Amino acid sequence: MSQRIDVTDLNIYYGDFLAVEGVSMAIQPSSVTAFIGPSGCGKSTFLRTLNRMHEVIPGARVDGKVELEGVDLYGPDIDPVAVRRNVGMVFQRPNPFPTMSIRDNVLAGVKLNNKKIAKSEADELVESSLRGANLWNEVKDRLHKPGSGLSGGQQQRLCIARAIAVKPQVLLMDEPCSALDPISTLAIEDLIQQLKTSYTIVIVTHNMQQAARVSDKTAFFNIAGTGKPGRLIEMDDTATIFSAPQQKATEDYVSGRFG
Amino acid sequence: MSTTTQARTAGPVASPGSDEVRAMLRTSDVSRKRVNRVMKVLVHAAFATAMVPLLWLLYTVVVRGAARLSPYFLTVSMRGVFGGIDAGGVYHAMVGTVMITLIATVISVPIGLFTAIYLVEYGKGPLARALTFFVDVMTGIPSIVAGLFSFTLFSLFFGPGVRLGIAASVAVSVLMIPVVVRSCEEMLRLVPNELREAALALGVPRWLVIVKVVLRTSVAGITTGVLLAVARVIGETAPILITAGFADSINFNPFEGRMMTLPVFIYTQYRVGLVPCAPSDLACVPDVNVLRAWAAALTLIVIVVILNLLGRLVTRLFAPKLR
Repeated sequence: MSQRIDVTDLNIYYGDFLAVEGVSMAIQPSSVTAFIGPSGCGKSTFLRTLNRMHEVIPGARVDGKVELEGVDLYGPDIDPVAVRRNVGMVFQRPNPFPTMSIRDNVLAGVKLNNKKIAKSEADELVESSLRGANLWNEVKDRLHKPGSGLSGGQQQRLCIARAIAVKPQVLLMDEPCSALDPISTLAIEDLIQQLKTSYTIVIVTHNMQQAARVSDKTAFFNIAGTGKPGRLIEMDDTATIFSAPQQKATEDYVSGRFG
Repeated sequence: MSTTTQARTAGPVASPGSDEVRAMLRTSDVSRKRVNRVMKVLVHAAFATAMVPLLWLLYTVVVRGAARLSPYFLTVSMRGVFGGIDAGGVYHAMVGTVMITLIATVISVPIGLFTAIYLVEYGKGPLARALTFFVDVMTGIPSIVAGLFSFTLFSLFFGPGVRLGIAASVAVSVLMIPVVVRSCEEMLRLVPNELREAALALGVPRWLVIVKVVLRTSVAGITTGVLLAVARVIGETAPILITAGFADSINFNPFEGRMMTLPVFIYTQYRVGLVPCAPSDLACVPDVNVLRAWAAALTLIVIVVILNLLGRLVTRLFAPKLR
C-alpha cells in the first residue's frame, strides 16, 4: 500500500526568507529514506512540506511540486487535512496527549475527528497499532492509564502507534530517537525495519550510524552559510553515500571532516 | 607566591594542594550570608504584613456576621420590614446576586473565550494588536463607568430611569469580559504547540484541534480563570446600584423591575444605620441594620468560597493526569 513521492524544484519560504532551495528527489515506496545534514540545513523543514505541516507556521509557504503517486499535494483542490491523513508524522519529542489514556492516544486520529467506531473495531485497531509499534506487550494491561506515565521510549512508540492507527501511506519521522536512550533507539530502529514493508518511511536524523543502519537511500542536505538557503547536495543508495559519495561536501560530512 | 605558581603549573600533582582546595571550598562569603538573612526576613515580613489585614477582615466579618446569620436570615426577604423590627433577611439579595452574576457569566464567557481563541490560535497583525490594546484598556475601566454605560444603553430602549436586573448583568459583563479574555489567553498559550502539531499531523481539522485538544487540555485553567472573574465582579456595588437599583422583595425576573444584590444590600443597610427605639418597645433592636449588613457580608464571602471550592473540584477532575 505504500506510495512514492516525487519532489520537483521545491523552494520553501518562511515569509520572505528562502529556507530551502531547489530540491528535487524521488522517494521510493516500501523503503526507508534518510535525510542527513548539519543543523539548520532545512531537512526538517523539507520533511514538513511532505505532509503540508510546514504551512501551519504563520507566513510559511512553498513553490514547486510535491507529488504523491503523481498527485500534486499542493494542487488547488487538495485538502491539507486529507494530505495529513495519508502522510503521517512522528515528531522529535514524544508528544502523547496528556489528557488521554494510552488507548485513547492510539485512537486519537479517530476520536479527534468525531468518527464513530464500534468498540470491537476500536479494540482491534488499538491492538494492531500497538503491536505494530512493538508496544503491545508492555502496555496491554494498562491501556486505561494516561499515556504521559510511560517512559520516553515507550511514549515515542505510542506516538508511532498513534500515527499508524490512521493508516497512512507514508510515515515521516523527524529525529524520532534524538530524545531517547540507546535501548529505546534500538527498539525504534527495529520497528522502522518492520514498518518499511508496508509504509514509505522518511526519517530525519543527526545520527549517521542510524542513517547507515536503517535506510536504503540517504539524502545529504547542506547550507552554504547562515542566512543562505539549504540545498540537497546529494542523494543515493545509503551504501554509496557512506562509502563513495560523488560530492566532496558529502564525503567530508559523513567522514566527520566537516567544516 | 612561587609555590602557588609551581602548584598550578604542576597540574596533576595535586596531593599537596588538596589542603589548599579544602580551604578554598570552606571560605564563605560573609556579606552574601548577611544579605541572604536580611532578604529572608524581608520576604517573611512582607508575607506576614499581607496576611494581617486579610485575617483581621475574615475574623471581623465572621464574628460580626455570625450574630445574625441563621437559616431564617437566608430564607426571607426585607418585605414589610422597617425600623428596628427584629426580622428580615437576604434571600431576595442572594437571588439577585446569583441571577445577575449568572447572566453576566453567560454573556462574558463565550465572548471572552472566543476572543482568547482568536488571539491565540488565529490572531496576528493589526486586528489582534488592536484587540489586545482594547482588552487592556477595558481592564482599567472604573466599575461605575461600566454601570453608567449600561444604564444609558437600557434607558435608550426602555425609557429614562429604567432599573432592570439584565442591565446590571450587562454592566458587570463589561467588567468581566477583559478578565476572562486575559486569563483564557494565558491558559491557551500554556498548551504546548507540540500537541497542536501532533493532532494536525493526524489529519484533524483545525477547529477540532482547538476544541478537542487545546480547550480540553486547558479546561482546568480556564475554569479557574472564569471563577476568578466571577469572584472579581460578584462584589461589585456601584454599577449594580445604578442599573438594578435596590428592592425589598424577591424578584426572579431580570427583565422586569428592580433587583437587589448582596453588596447593594450591605450598602443600603449600613446607610440606614442605627434606628431610634422607643424605651417601651422591647422587640426593637437599635443596631439591627448594621448587624444585617455584616451577616450579608459573611453570606457573600461564603458564596465566593463555595465557588472557589467548586473550581478546585473541576480543576482536579479535568487536569491532565500523570499516572
